[in-house]
Amino acid sequence: MTDLYQTQRAMRNMRRAAMQRGVIAILDIGTTKIACLVLRFDGPALTDSDQVGPMAGQSAFRVIGAATTRSRGVRFGEIAQMNETEKAIRTVAQAAQKMANVRVDHVIACFSGADPRSYGLAGDLDLEDSVVTEQDIARVMAACEAPDIGDGRDVLHAQPVNFAIDHRTGLGDPRGQIGNRLACDMHLLSVDGAVVQNLLYCIKRCDLELAGIASSAYVSGVSSLVEDEQELGAACIDMGGGTTGISIFMKKHMIYADSVRMGGDHITSDISKGLQVPLAVAERIKTMNGGVYATGMDDREMIDIRGDSGDWEKDRRQVSRTELIGIMRPRVEEILEETRARLDAAGFESLPSQQIVLTGGGSQIPGLDGLAARILGQRVRLGRPLRVQGLPQATTGPAFSSAVGLCLFAAHPQDEWWDFDIPSDRYAAKPMRKVMKWFKDNW
Amino acid sequence: MQPLNRHANRAGRRDPAPSRWSYRMQRLWLTPVFRVLFRFGLPVFVVFGAIGLYLQDDTRRAALAQTFIDLREDFQARPEFRVSLVSIEGASPELADAIRARLNLTLPQSSFDIDLAAARARIEDLDAVEVAELKVRTGGVLQVDITERTPVMLWRTADRIDMLDAGGFRVASLTARSDRPDLPLIAGEGADVAADEAMAILAAASPLEARIRGLVRMGARRWDIVLDRDQRILLPAENPVAAVERLLALDQVQDILARDIAAIDLRIAARPVLRLTPHAQLQIRRAQGLEPPESEL
Repeated sequence: MTDLYQTQRAMRNMRRAAMQRGVIAILDIGTTKIACLVLRFDGPALTDSDQVGPMAGQSAFRVIGAATTRSRGVRFGEIAQMNETEKAIRTVAQAAQKMANVRVDHVIACFSGADPRSYGLAGDLDLEDSVVTEQDIARVMAACEAPDIGDGRDVLHAQPVNFAIDHRTGLGDPRGQIGNRLACDMHLLSVDGAVVQNLLYCIKRCDLELAGIASSAYVSGVSSLVEDEQELGAACIDMGGGTTGISIFMKKHMIYADSVRMGGDHITSDISKGLQVPLAVAERIKTMNGGVYATGMDDREMIDIRGDSGDWEKDRRQVSRTELIGIMRPRVEEILEETRARLDAAGFESLPSQQIVLTGGGSQIPGLDGLAARILGQRVRLGRPLRVQGLPQATTGPAFSSAVGLCLFAAHPQDEWWDFDIPSDRYAAKPMRKVMKWFKDNW
Repeated sequence: MQPLNRHANRAGRRDPAPSRWSYRMQRLWLTPVFRVLFRFGLPVFVVFGAIGLYLQDDTRRAALAQTFIDLREDFQARPEFRVSLVSIEGASPELADAIRARLNLTLPQSSFDIDLAAARARIEDLDAVEVAELKVRTGGVLQVDITERTPVMLWRTADRIDMLDAGGFRVASLTARSDRPDLPLIAGEGADVAADEAMAILAAASPLEARIRGLVRMGARRWDIVLDRDQRILLPAENPVAAVERLLALDQVQDILARDIAAIDLRIAARPVLRLTPHAQLQIRRAQGLEPPESEL
C-alpha cells in the first residue's frame, strides 16, 4: 500500500511539474476509441466577473490539440494486446502534438475497465488539543480501517468524502474547527493492479510520463453531471464500448463507482451475428440506423446490408429497421438492467435525489432515454460533457465526456488521500524502531 | 472465391500508427531547444566550421589577405584616382615654391595614398601660412588654397628683424629695416605677445605717425613710444590707448611734444611727469636765476 501511495504522490508531483510547464496531455483509453487532448494552462483561472461565475476549473486551460483514433488491443476497457495499444496511443499522441505544435511529456490517463470496486471507509480519533490541524486530518485518514481489497489490486482513488467533528457531520474542511472527536469517511476505489501496470508500461513505451490516473466512470461523472446534480446526488452511467461505467455522486464527491462489463461492442457483435455481417458493417448499421423503439414506420424502412463476399444474393440483402431494433434492444435492456442491479446494490434508492445521467458513446442510440426511464427510473436524462475552451466541435459529443472530465480532473483534481501529509508518528516510526532494535541487540 | 473490390485485395491495410522512431523524431522536432539548435545553431556551426577549416592553413590565409590587398591596390591605382598636379592658390610665388618643397609629394600618386591631413599640417607649419585647405579636385589636381599671413609690423630683436602679423605671429625675417619702411617697428622682450595692443596704440597715435620711430615693450609689461629726437612716451601697463589719447589732447593744446622734453611719463594717469633734456633744465634754472647765465664767451 505504501509504494502505491508513493507512486500516487510521485504522479501528483509530476502533475505539478506539468502545470508549471503549462502543457499536459489527456489520454482516454477506451475500448472503441482512444482520445488525446493537449491542454495549455496559461495564467490563473478567470475570477468571477459579471457574466462568468466560478467555474469548475475549466477556464484555466485551453485545448490546443485533439486527436482520436480507433482503439486497438483494448477489450473491456483493459489493455489486451500491449503493442497494439501502444501503437494506438502513439497515433493519437502524435496527431495531438502535431495539432498543438508542442511537445508534451506529461499525460494523465483514464481507463474504464479493471473491475473497479468501491469501499466506504470510516475512521475516527480523539483530537489531541481540540483544534483540528492538518496532522489530525492525516491521522484520521490513517486511522481508517483498511479493507482487504484483495490480492494484486491497487487503490485508484481514495477520497475523503466527509468529515465529522463530535456530532456535526457533513464538513468539507474541518481544519481549525474545535471539537473532541474527529471522524472521517473515505471512499476508496480499487482496481486490478495488473491493468494499471499494463497501462503504465504502454505509456512509458511512448516516452510519456504519467502525471495522474483516474477511473473513466469518475471523470465522465465530473464532466457530465451539472453542479446541483453532483451536490444533491446523481448517478452517471457512461455507456462505453466495452464497459458501462457507473459512478454515484453526492455532495460533490464520488461515493460509489462500478462498471458493467458490457457495452456498445456487444451490441455490434449481436448485430454482426444476427445479420451475418462483418463487425465493421454491423458497427455502421448500428450507428446509422440503430434504435431501441420500433414503430410501424420502421417495418417499411429497409436497410441495405452491403457486402463484398462476391455472392450476389448475400451482398444484396436487406433488413428492416424493426429487425435491427429487435436485435439491439435486448442487449441494451440487458446492459441497463445490469446497471440497475449495480445501482440497487449500491443503495442508490436511498439517495435524496435519484437523477440518472446517461453519457458515453452508447447513449447516442435514439430512444435510449425512454428505455432507460423504464428500467432505471423516471429521472433520466442524456448528458453531454461540459464545454471547454478550444475543444473541436467533433469532440464535444457524449462519447468524449470522460476525456473532458479528465481535463477538469487535470485542472482541478480532488484531494485524495495522498495529497495530505503523512502522519508524523508513522513517518518516524520505522527509524525509531530500528534504533530501539539496535540498542536491544547490542546492549 | 476472390473478393471483388480492390480494397480488400490489398495485402493488409496500412498501419496508421507511426513507428517508434518516427514518433520519437516528431517529438524531437517539437522540442524547442532542438529546433533552435537545428535551424540556427547547426548552420552557424557548419559555416564557421568550414571557414575555420579553410583558414587553418597559413598559406591560404596569406593568399586570401594578398588577394584582398591586390584588389585594393588595383582599385586605388586606377587613373580616376591619380593626382598628377598640385595647384596652389592665394600664395605669393616665393611662398608657393616653399609650399611645394614642403609638400614633398612624388607625383603622380593615387589620391588614397595622400595623407591630406598630414600634408595640411606640414603646410601650416610654415609661418607665412595662416590657413591651408587641401582638396583633390576632379582631373587629378590637388588644390591647395592658402590664406597668407599679412605682416603688419616689424619686431626687432637683438639679432634679427621679424615681420609679425596682427596676432603677433612671426611671418618672415628681414635682413634690414629698410626693406619694409612702411611697417611700424616694435621691440623689446615679449613684444610679439602683445602685438594687438601695439596695433591699437599705433592706431591711436596715428597723428604722430611721422614722428614715431617705434614701440618698445618694457619688462614684457608696458609700452614706450619712441619718437625721433629721442623722445619717449612712457605708457601705463593698463589702458595705454587712453593715455595716448590724453597725450594727443595735451599736445594739441600745449604743443608739448614739440618742446625740448626727453620723456613724458604717463604711467600714473593723474600725474603725467615730464623729463626735460639737460639743456632745457639748464635754461629753466637760468630763467629762475638759480644758475649763472652762460657767458657770452
